[in-house]
Amino acid sequence: MNVKRILGLFDDFDQASAALHELRNANLPHLDWNDVTIKSPIEHPDVESVLGVRPIPIRKYTLVGALLGGSLGFLGIATAQGNFFSQLKGGKPIIPLPPDFVLTYEMLILGGVYITVLGFLIAAGLPTRMKSELYNTAVSEDQIGVMVKSNAHCIAEVRKIFEKHRVLSIQEEVVK
Amino acid sequence: MNSVTIDGVPPHGGHGAGSSTGGGVTQAREKDIREDIAWAQINRDVLKSLDRPRASYWILFAFAFCLFLVGVACEIYQYNVGLGVSGMNNPDVWGLYIATFIFWIGMSHSGTLLSAILHIIHADWRKPIYRFAEAMTTFSLMTAGLFVAVHLGRLWQIYYALPYPNERWTWPNFQSPLLWDAMAIFTYLSSSILFLYVGAIPDFAICRDNASGWRKGFYDKLSLGWMGTDRQWRNFRVAYLVIACFLIPLAVSVHSIVASDFAMSQQPGWHITSFPPYFVAGALYSGCAAIITLFIMLRHTFRFEEYMTLPILDKTARLTFAIAMVWTYLNLIEYSSVWYGADAVAKETLIQRATGPYAVYWWAMNFLGSVVPFALIFKRLRANLTVMMIVSLLLNLGMWLERWMIVTPTFAHGYEPWTWNHSFFPSWVQWGIVLGSFGWFGMLFMLFCKLVPSVSMYEVKEMVFHRKLAKLHTREA
Repeated sequence: MNVKRILGLFDDFDQASAALHELRNANLPHLDWNDVTIKSPIEHPDVESVLGVRPIPIRKYTLVGALLGGSLGFLGIATAQGNFFSQLKGGKPIIPLPPDFVLTYEMLILGGVYITVLGFLIAAGLPTRMKSELYNTAVSEDQIGVMVKSNAHCIAEVRKIFEKHRVLSIQEEVVK
Repeated sequence: MNSVTIDGVPPHGGHGAGSSTGGGVTQAREKDIREDIAWAQINRDVLKSLDRPRASYWILFAFAFCLFLVGVACEIYQYNVGLGVSGMNNPDVWGLYIATFIFWIGMSHSGTLLSAILHIIHADWRKPIYRFAEAMTTFSLMTAGLFVAVHLGRLWQIYYALPYPNERWTWPNFQSPLLWDAMAIFTYLSSSILFLYVGAIPDFAICRDNASGWRKGFYDKLSLGWMGTDRQWRNFRVAYLVIACFLIPLAVSVHSIVASDFAMSQQPGWHITSFPPYFVAGALYSGCAAIITLFIMLRHTFRFEEYMTLPILDKTARLTFAIAMVWTYLNLIEYSSVWYGADAVAKETLIQRATGPYAVYWWAMNFLGSVVPFALIFKRLRANLTVMMIVSLLLNLGMWLERWMIVTPTFAHGYEPWTWNHSFFPSWVQWGIVLGSFGWFGMLFMLFCKLVPSVSMYEVKEMVFHRKLAKLHTREA
C-alpha cells in the first residue's frame, strides 16, 4: 500500500491540540506516533508534549564541545609554548598556568558554542530541502500544521479527524 | 483566517489587527505590546521594513557612508605617510585608537545583556528589541577589530602578530593580556555571529515564504529549510538557551580582559583592582545608551511604533539608569581607593586628570556619565523621544570620553616625570578615523536592517500569545 503524507492546517493551538489528542486516542493501526509532526509559527511546549517525550541531544554536544575546546585549547597553547616560544623566561615557568587558564576558558566557550550550533543543526535536521516534505507558507504566518505519514487507509482516518476539528485546509501527497 | 475565540477573545489576534485608533492607543501606552495584534500583521509590518523604509533611512545611510569615506581617506593617508601623522609618539602611544577600540568593545555588551541575560530571566519585553541589539554587538566587535589594525600602523606587516612557527623567532607572549584580548574578542565575535544567526533562522523562513526574486533565494539559503517542525523548535529552544548561557560569562570575561590590558600594567591610574568590574559596568552602560539611540531611530525609520513601544523604552531607560548608578559607584570606588591609598604617584595622576590640560574632558565625562542619567528618573522625560535621544547621545559621549580619559591622561602623566607630555592632543587623522568608525558601524547596521528583520517576528508572536493567555487566565480566575 502507498505511503502518504497529510498536512492539516489549524487556526490555533487548541484545535491542533484537540486533533492530536483524538488522533492519539484513536489508536489507529499502522500509525507510528513518531511520524506525527507539528509545524507552527512559534514554539509551544504544551502542544508538543502531546507528541510525548522526544529526544533533545544538544546538551551532550555542548558538553563534548566545551570539554574538547577547553582541553584542546590548553594542550595547543602548552604545546606551542613548550616547542616554539623563544622568549627568555628568566626562571619563570615555560607553561604558566594562570594566563593559560584564561585562554583555556575562552577556548572552552568557543568549543561549547561551535559544537552546540553543530549539534543543533544535526538534531534539528538542518539544512534540509524544502521539497522533501509537505509545507505551507501559512505555517510561518499564523497557522498550526499537523503532519502525519502513514498508509492510505490510515491517512483517510486522519483526514476525518482533522475535518472534525475544523481544519482550515488539507494537503496530501504520496511519499516516493 | 477564520477567527476562533476562547471566551470571546481571539487566540492570536483574529480581528482588530493593526488597528491603532480608538481605545487601542490608550492600552498600547500602558502595555509593552498590544495583545490583539494579529500574527499575520506582525509579519507584514516587519517585512515592510525590508522593502520600504522612510526617506530618513537613506539620509542616515548616506550620512554614515560619508563618515566612513572620511575614515577611509584618513587611513589611506596614514598608511601612505606613516603612523606619525596620527600625532602619536612617546609617551602617548595609544591615543584615540585604543580608546575607541574599548568604546566599541563596550558597546557590544548591549546585545548580550538584552539577548542572553534578559532571555534567561524571562524578561519578555526584550523580544521586540533584542535583534538589533545583537546586531549591534556583532558590528561593534567588527568595528573594534578594525582599530587593532589601524593602531598597528604598518598594515603590510600585520602577519608579524600572527602565531605560527617561523624563523623570525617571534611568537606571541601568552602571558600578555593583549593576546588574551585577541582570543577573547575572536571568541565573542564568532559566538555573537552564531547567536544572531541561529536566533534569526525562524525569521529567515518567514522572509523566504514572503519574498520573491533574488531575495527568495537569499532567504532560502539562510533559513536552511526551516519549516517550524516540533523537532526544530525543540532543539532550537535548547540550543538558543545554551548559547545564551555561554555568552554571559564570555561577555564578562571579554571586558575584564580588556580591563586587564590596563590593570596589569604598572601605569599609575591603571593598576587598580576594580578595573574589570568597572569596565564591564561601563560596557553595559554605553551599550544600553546606544540601544536607546537606535531604538528611537528604528522606531521612526521603519514605522515600528507598534513594537518598539514607549513602555519598552521606559524599561530600557530604567535599566540604563540602574547601570549608570553602578558605573558611578565603581567610579567613586576607583577615585576613593586611589585618593586614600598609599600610592602617591597614582594620586598625583588623579589630581592631574581633574586639574590638568584634560580636566575639561574629565569633568565632562563625570557630568555626562553620572549626572545626566538622573534625567532618566523622570517618567515624563522617559516618555519624550526627543529628550531620550539627546540623553542617550550624551551618555554615549560621556562613555566615549571615559575611555579617552583612561588612556591619554595616564600616558601624558606617567610614572617618570621625564616622560610627561601634557600638550598631547590627537591629530585630525585620528579624529577622522574615529569618525569613520562610526560611519562604518552605521553603514553595516543600516544594511543589516534592510536585509534582516530588525524585530524578531516569531518572538513578538510568542510575546503576544503568552500575554493573551495570561490575560485569559486572569479573566477566568
